[in-house]
Amino acid sequence: MNGRKSTGGGGRGRTGAAGAAGKDGQQRRPMFRRRKVCKFCSDKIDDINYKDAKLLMPFVPERAKVLPRRISGTCAMHQRKLRTAIMRARQLALLPYTAE
Amino acid sequence: MNRKYELVYVVSPDATEEQVTALQTQVEDILQRMGGTLEKTENWGRRKLAYEIGRHKEGTYVLHVILGTGELMKEIDRRLKVFDTVIRHLVVRVDEEQAVIDRTRSKRTETMRRRRVARGLPPDRQPGEGQRGDADDDRDDRFDMGDGI
Repeated sequence: MNGRKSTGGGGRGRTGAAGAAGKDGQQRRPMFRRRKVCKFCSDKIDDINYKDAKLLMPFVPERAKVLPRRISGTCAMHQRKLRTAIMRARQLALLPYTAE
Repeated sequence: MNRKYELVYVVSPDATEEQVTALQTQVEDILQRMGGTLEKTENWGRRKLAYEIGRHKEGTYVLHVILGTGELMKEIDRRLKVFDTVIRHLVVRVDEEQAVIDRTRSKRTETMRRRRVARGLPPDRQPGEGQRGDADDDRDDRFDMGDGI
């Protein structure tokens, strides 16, 4: 079965995963998350406008901070545009800076 | 050098209708004097502010789309700072962004048409074609393999 000894320790992991995470011993079942997609790419929204507060609302949750990319899944280009739009909307009191 | 700008200002809720229109004519005056054109005016009406400005909780929003020079906008900006009735204003240059948006849009329709032609379809969408719901697989969790595996 095991034709040759694997170079890394353990070697119990599925693929090459043993390398760095091998120390903690426990075998982690790979978690499948829903693949995140950029809302603006998939909906083909080219114009992220500061006047459209309804569009920006979901990207500033309770604390009124900008939702990070790692959570929203927005691509880099659109996150950049989103950020400027949010900052402009905040100046006009269309969006809050902070939650009261 | 004419550029396209958007000017939005928030008028205090205590201001009367006349004061709001007076502000609009003020802006138009400056435009006439310094040579700019007003492309569009929109009154969004009274809206709730996202946060309190001074003691105000509401405001009347007015949007102008202006074609003009940078000096003109500077002057308008300076004048708007003076008025007590204007509680917030914002000037944004929009022509460059608009050009980028138009370019991406036209590029997208172009590639869509090319692909459709390559598939032997008419370049434009037919009415009633490709509507969601029937045979279309619109689930976006195709990569989601579930917990079982």
